[in-house]
Amino acid sequence: MVKYFACVGLLKSSWDQVCIAFWERYPNPYSNHVLTEDIIFREVTPGNRLVSRRLLTKTNRAPRWMEKYLPVTMARHAYIIEDSIVDPQNRTMTTLTWNISHARMMSVEERCEYRINPDNTSWTEINREAWISSNLYGLSRAIQEFGLARFKTSVTKTMKGFEYVLAKMQGEIPSRTLAEHATERARETALAAKERAKDLASQAHKKQQYV
Amino acid sequence: MNSVGEGCTDLKREYDQCFNRWFAEKFLKEDRSGDPCTEMFKKYQHCVQKAIKEKDIPIDSVEFMGPNKEKPDS
Repeated sequence: MVKYFACVGLLKSSWDQVCIAFWERYPNPYSNHVLTEDIIFREVTPGNRLVSRRLLTKTNRAPRWMEKYLPVTMARHAYIIEDSIVDPQNRTMTTLTWNISHARMMSVEERCEYRINPDNTSWTEINREAWISSNLYGLSRAIQEFGLARFKTSVTKTMKGFEYVLAKMQGEIPSRTLAEHATERARETALAAKERAKDLASQAHKKQQYV
Repeated sequence: MNSVGEGCTDLKREYDQCFNRWFAEKFLKEDRSGDPCTEMFKKYQHCVQKAIKEKDIPIDSVEFMGPNKEKPDS
């Protein structure tokens, strides 16, 4: 069972600027959960495309109800890989991001296509898809709900992070209240989602059979 | 931003600076006149790959664009 999610994002900056920002996006005020960032593979193909692999370490923000089911020894940090292909000729960038730790508990895979916005060629469109799945017996639905809710919050942070970095690159200083407002809204969304996932978890727990 | 290898952060930052300049000024303009960052990249990679092994980070045998299979909508 897999939860699928898709959305389109818009950045009011050129595709070139967005690609430059893509490599410079960490750290930003919305990425406190990202601890380390490393390029661990990079090559320019004969077709002049840039292929890269980035390794990220993030804090593993599991809600308390989920932590009860995690073994005590499970790592507090999550490892994520992001592969990307930048095609300067076609002006497209494709990325694939997925977690390589905690994958049996919950796997989140995200695919993005960054293209020039067809309606406004000085803007960039991001087509985003995600697949969220969990194999944990009895809890997979609750975990998937949590995963989806957290992913949506992540998307908000990602876009805000991009806007921040782009504004910085273009010499504008982003307003503090904008940042605070975004953080507050992200928090509210996360809280609401937390409650829903908690309900699902307690329902699942009541039905759970002990092996 | 820090590297996963504590001792590699300086090498990473040096490489990133070189890369960002090359990316914006050459690569995106489809200027294929060669990559000035290869030496820096080698030093950085040597450091970070060692750290990855030491920390047992499971990056081996992960195909590029790895799990990119078609998945059904839920």
